[in-house]
Amino acid sequence: MLGYIVRRALYAIPILIGVNLITFTLFFVVNTPDDMARMQLGTKRVTPEAIELWKAERGYDKPLVWNARAPGAAKLTDTVFYRKSLRLFALDFGAAEDGRNIAAEIRKRMWPSLAIAVPVFLVGLLANVTFALLMAFFRATYLDFGGVVLCVAMMSISTLFYIIGGQYLVSKLLHLVPISGYDHGLAAAKFLVLPVVIGVLSGIGSGSRWYRTLFLEEMGKDYVRTARAKGLPETAVMFGHVLKNALIPILTGCVAVIPLLFMGSLLTESFFGIPGLGGYTIDAIQAQDFAVVRSMVFIGSVLYILGLLLTDISYTLVDPRIRLQ
Amino acid sequence: MMPAMSMGFLPVALWTDVLLWLLVAAVAAYGWRCSRKPHLAAPWARVLRTRRAAVTCVVLSCYVLVALMDSVHFRPRLERQEPGTATAYAGHVWSLLDLAERHLYEHSEKTYSAPFATRLFSKELVELPDGSMEREYPRLRYGGAQLANEADRGADVAWRVLLALLGAAALWGAAGFACRPLVRRYPAVRWGVAWATLGAVLAVMAPLLALSNWYHVLGTDKVGQDVFYQTLKSIRTSLIIGTLTTLVLLPLGLGLGVMAGYFKGWVDDAIQYVYTTIHSIPGVLLIAAAVLMMQVYIDSHAALFPTTAQRADLRLLFLCAILGFTSWTGMARLLRGEALKLSELEFVQAAHAFGVAHRRVLLHHLAPNVAHIVIISVVMDFSSLVLAEAVLSYVGVGVDPSTTSFGTMINAARLEMAREPMVWWSLAAAFCFMFVLVLAANLFADAVRDGFDPRGRAS
Repeated sequence: MLGYIVRRALYAIPILIGVNLITFTLFFVVNTPDDMARMQLGTKRVTPEAIELWKAERGYDKPLVWNARAPGAAKLTDTVFYRKSLRLFALDFGAAEDGRNIAAEIRKRMWPSLAIAVPVFLVGLLANVTFALLMAFFRATYLDFGGVVLCVAMMSISTLFYIIGGQYLVSKLLHLVPISGYDHGLAAAKFLVLPVVIGVLSGIGSGSRWYRTLFLEEMGKDYVRTARAKGLPETAVMFGHVLKNALIPILTGCVAVIPLLFMGSLLTESFFGIPGLGGYTIDAIQAQDFAVVRSMVFIGSVLYILGLLLTDISYTLVDPRIRLQ
Repeated sequence: MMPAMSMGFLPVALWTDVLLWLLVAAVAAYGWRCSRKPHLAAPWARVLRTRRAAVTCVVLSCYVLVALMDSVHFRPRLERQEPGTATAYAGHVWSLLDLAERHLYEHSEKTYSAPFATRLFSKELVELPDGSMEREYPRLRYGGAQLANEADRGADVAWRVLLALLGAAALWGAAGFACRPLVRRYPAVRWGVAWATLGAVLAVMAPLLALSNWYHVLGTDKVGQDVFYQTLKSIRTSLIIGTLTTLVLLPLGLGLGVMAGYFKGWVDDAIQYVYTTIHSIPGVLLIAAAVLMMQVYIDSHAALFPTTAQRADLRLLFLCAILGFTSWTGMARLLRGEALKLSELEFVQAAHAFGVAHRRVLLHHLAPNVAHIVIISVVMDFSSLVLAEAVLSYVGVGVDPSTTSFGTMINAARLEMAREPMVWWSLAAAFCFMFVLVLAANLFADAVRDGFDPRGRAS
């Protein structure tokens, strides 16, 4: 088991290097640092000195991959690629445009993101499974048909409308919770209720429809027929046999997204003014803060790869038929 | 103001127009091929036999019609010209849709006005006939301007709706009559359902179109532009994003996926490595990074993009390319698995035994056998791309701000939420038109999946 995990983890290294190369190409080769400087400083009336200063302040004034003038090993290390891209592996993200340390900012903003993402994930999973189980239980009836229609309709509404509609209805008309904002500790609860409910609602359509097909697939299998033939009541079949077995693909599928919960949700956080990583990313995109966007791309990829690793491990844990080689 | 149109025009071919029409031609060629090969036509016949497909096909065709009308661009010749000088053309690029709905573009008010309103949404200082000044809601320049007495609005709307419905009924009947040869040729298709849907669409759209001459049926936005016009223009953006992305996605996904499964060995390893790497970067962030870089490129090479329309158009095309580049991995993975399975089957082995070249095996033996997966995933991707456009435009990495799209409409309407009383019509219009489009696309995708997926057919 340990050998397997180590091997899978080693497999992640070339992928991370690939991600690193892609971001490096995107951020430094497609456009030169001079272009970025002009973008940040404004294209009109910008002196070459101002550009040089801007580059020097951020360390973009070095050669891209090979510093011919530096001595020894510094030929490789005193370059933009080493300083800005390879240093990401050491979780050294550098500073944002406003001068703050990105790593410290991430550590601080991670918690509000988690405070929303974790409840959305857990409640959403529970709601989706319940809804899907209900539809599967009443399969081929009008209740099932209505449920599927509802799911497709809910899938067809943009997340933006869920958020805007929810804010309008709950905060503006009914004045139940504040429209946006955040607080620390338990006081944050009143700010979190609405985003969590909206997060769950917007995912319920596609999620429960997908789980319903999983349940139905499971219900067509031989062991379910056997259980029915034994004379077990339908509820016992559903909860004792179908649910247990269908939960395997559902749970292992969910494991992949757990690490990404740290990243938070871009839309929810920016609409509700929650100081999490999603909101941080959106602000960075809108302010064209390349250092922050680059860091977030890297962290997102690391978390995704971690998710893949966890998925592989969870498969081996829940399904005894899978043998590790 | 629009110059006279009879004088001549200069056709303008935007990149997205050309590609969209090429795509239409390709789909038409595929349709023609299908109609001649029974084995290709069979799954489509299964699709079209369902009620779902009949309804959604009609709805989607209406959207496509609007988008295609909006994809023929030209610059009209300027009316007033010095004799003897070279012909001058207007700087603004027009489309056939603008020409047909010219009044919508021209009838712009000062600022917000509600649907069917005759007066502005906000008070202004107006001079009364007796010379004194007072703050009141001024009459609109165009909305309901034909009314001598504003109290007559209800009756005016009612008889115009009635007239429009009569016209729509005539059109509906004519359409039914015109389709009779088709009905006789393909009796299995649910023509009755399709005809009923067409009736419903006409019943909604005909009054809207007719009334839009006299009123702002969906209100006006902050700068006084008609919201109905914006909604119609947004349809093209959505469809471009949903379809042109395929042009990037398909060659990458199909080519690399099938090659990985067929050649195995180091080719498989390399392709798997590439798509795992790209897939592991969170989609929105990769798109955001790419679009940010594209903005820098456009800003530093401003000379390459002479007009706003061209810049916006290229940005839209870039966005499609980026979306395609980030979303081909799913299809590649599916097709790799399928090609792995297929390449072990007898017919491929037989082809090897006969010494058929790899290229031929890939093109003639594998590609046709994974076509159903390709069609299903292309159709399924459409709705998620339309939804993605709205989110990306909100984040600020979507279409150019000068391009009208559902995303830019929602983005602008977001701030109007805070107004008291609320300006709801932009949001409601974007919601309705987008919801119907995505819902139809989702239902159509379901019908296509059921018709094409051999597994689903048994149940």
